[in-house]
Amino acid sequence: MSQVTIDSNEVDIVIAAFHSDLTSFMEEWRPIFSRFHLIIVEDPDLKEELKIPKGFDFDVYTKSDIDKLAGSSNAAMFSGYSCRYFGYLVSKRKYIISIDDDCSPAKDNNGDLVDIVTQHITNLRTPATPFFFNTLYDPYRKGADFVRGYPFGLRSGVTCVLSCGLWLNLADYDAPTQSLKPELRNSRYVDAVLTVPKNTLMPMSGINLAFDREMVGPALLPALKLAKEGKFRWETIEDIWCGLVVKAVCDHLDLGVKTGLPYVSRNERGSAIDSLKKEWEGVKLMEELVPFFQSLKLSPEAVTAESCVTEIAAAVKKGLGRSHTELANVADSMVAWLKIWKEVRSRV
Amino acid sequence: MASSVTPTPLLKDELDIVIPTIRNLDFLEMWRPFFQPYHLIIVQDGDPSKVIKVPEGFDYELYNRNDINRILGPKSSCISFKDSACRCFGYMVSKKKYIFTIDDDCFVAKDPSGKDINALEQHIKNLLSPSTPLFFNTLYDPYREGADFVRGYPFSLREGVSTAVSHGLWLNIPDYDAPTQLVKPRERNTRFVDAVMTIPKGTLFPMCGMNLAFDRELIGPAMYFGLMGDGQPIGRYDDMWAGWCIKVICDHLGLGVKTGLPYIWHSKASNPFVNLKKEYKGIYWQEELIPFFQSANLPKDCTTVQSCYKELSKQVKAKLGKVDDYFNKLADAMVTWIEAWEELNPSAPITNGK
Repeated sequence: MSQVTIDSNEVDIVIAAFHSDLTSFMEEWRPIFSRFHLIIVEDPDLKEELKIPKGFDFDVYTKSDIDKLAGSSNAAMFSGYSCRYFGYLVSKRKYIISIDDDCSPAKDNNGDLVDIVTQHITNLRTPATPFFFNTLYDPYRKGADFVRGYPFGLRSGVTCVLSCGLWLNLADYDAPTQSLKPELRNSRYVDAVLTVPKNTLMPMSGINLAFDREMVGPALLPALKLAKEGKFRWETIEDIWCGLVVKAVCDHLDLGVKTGLPYVSRNERGSAIDSLKKEWEGVKLMEELVPFFQSLKLSPEAVTAESCVTEIAAAVKKGLGRSHTELANVADSMVAWLKIWKEVRSRV
Repeated sequence: MASSVTPTPLLKDELDIVIPTIRNLDFLEMWRPFFQPYHLIIVQDGDPSKVIKVPEGFDYELYNRNDINRILGPKSSCISFKDSACRCFGYMVSKKKYIFTIDDDCFVAKDPSGKDINALEQHIKNLLSPSTPLFFNTLYDPYREGADFVRGYPFSLREGVSTAVSHGLWLNIPDYDAPTQLVKPRERNTRFVDAVMTIPKGTLFPMCGMNLAFDRELIGPAMYFGLMGDGQPIGRYDDMWAGWCIKVICDHLGLGVKTGLPYIWHSKASNPFVNLKKEYKGIYWQEELIPFFQSANLPKDCTTVQSCYKELSKQVKAKLGKVDDYFNKLADAMVTWIEAWEELNPSAPITNGK
């Protein structure tokens, strides 16, 4: 129950379409999405035309739009799951809500449909509290508050710029985990939103998230593509990379990241074992990425998301890029992204 | 979804329940199904001539102020009087590996399905499974049935670290400070959050002593609840103080602190005006204390809890003594506490949990 009023003019919902027939997906989300503007970005590899039911306010972007805007040299940046970043790029609104097209609305513990838009926007419009942990979780939620012992000087919090939601049914496990426990499904609805503390890293999942595009848009970027990246989340790590970058930016700029509600229900799709047979690369790479980000220091001169990302790209090129070829390209992609971002902004 | 879940060990010979009280312990009747197998250590605060009635069938030892003075001699000055902070005396005299401490106005809560919550069992589960302070798992405790580490969680960090502390929560009367109580006298915590999570390394939290369990061997010497109550300028910051100390030390030694489940039902709201008087100084001092603890650095050669704690007491004296003379006394009391602990626990294993 939020006291936050949502201005639909401030929200874009970005959906990356991997299936051409979006009818059932859209119908399921109609009660929640119908009053918002949708940006649907078609996976450039999809050959068929998208089927979208009536009654929605949307814009579709396809391979040709991507090629035109990004140019042939950069178009590859927006392939596969990363096509959604194109949606972030072209949006003109303050808030973006982004979900994968294999998700349905979840039901909360009362059996009501979870309105992810209201919850994400509420998360973004109420402060985050990264400097001190509140044991009753989000103190701004109705029925909660800061607990005894929480310093008063820290109770105004900071701006929340990223809201990471969760998933019932098929949780975002990696392929090894899901293969080992093929029956494992997430049925636990944890009724909490909490701030991820400062200097704590986390794995950001691109399946269900929302962010303040005006504050951190440049930091939600497509950069890390696995050599054999595929069409299942088990075969990607682009969002994990993005999350590490965003968290580093937020920690440096004293902005907040929340995790928890809202839940989506994630549908069965693909085979963890097949994905596992394909590639371990992402799993191995995390071992390098985490220590790198844990020791990353940005300069006091970096006061915007853009300048932070520039510094991170330079640090990646200098550090990680030396030992891993795919990471050398990451730094270049980050710089290229910022260039395109600046260009698109300048046209507004 | 059925999963083969190994039953939680009772640990009845390895765990003591420490209860501070000034009144009869009728509340234990409700807890009987869960507490009866365990040994209780009752720390009687206030008037030692009062007789505390303990329900039949519980195995317990009871210490009043006279006992504390007798056992510790002059070192008893570090144990608070007329404040539930005196409970830490119970930690000191215990000979068990684990401690569970609970307030006498805390009762058995029900989970959303209506089932009674065995808080002690959940604390044991929390303590016996690892913590994950180095990277946040978005599905919370990965060791719980029905959960695991999410995609992107580094495999090298999936073993976790030993859990030193399990911090439980409260339904009904929430643990608010006096100003919040005054503004929201009717607010009740009705939200059951079905999660246990590790508090990340480098992050402090407000530790509440109402429903708390810890591994005495891993962190016991740091669980000093400070100088509160009679003759002291402050109250209701005992557990907070201990919580900041243990977190700094756990972060240094690579130990974990969990928070979340279990819930107990907190029945009594203390008087907010009385609370305000007790907390008043703390509310101001806290603004200095937090930066102190946030920047507290322990040297590499502090590899035991005791050495960490002694070092911390030096830093308290050096940096907080100027905030108020109280902190000079507190720093001295911290040292007295460690000396008393070492006297009462001479063969305590030197361990850093690694």
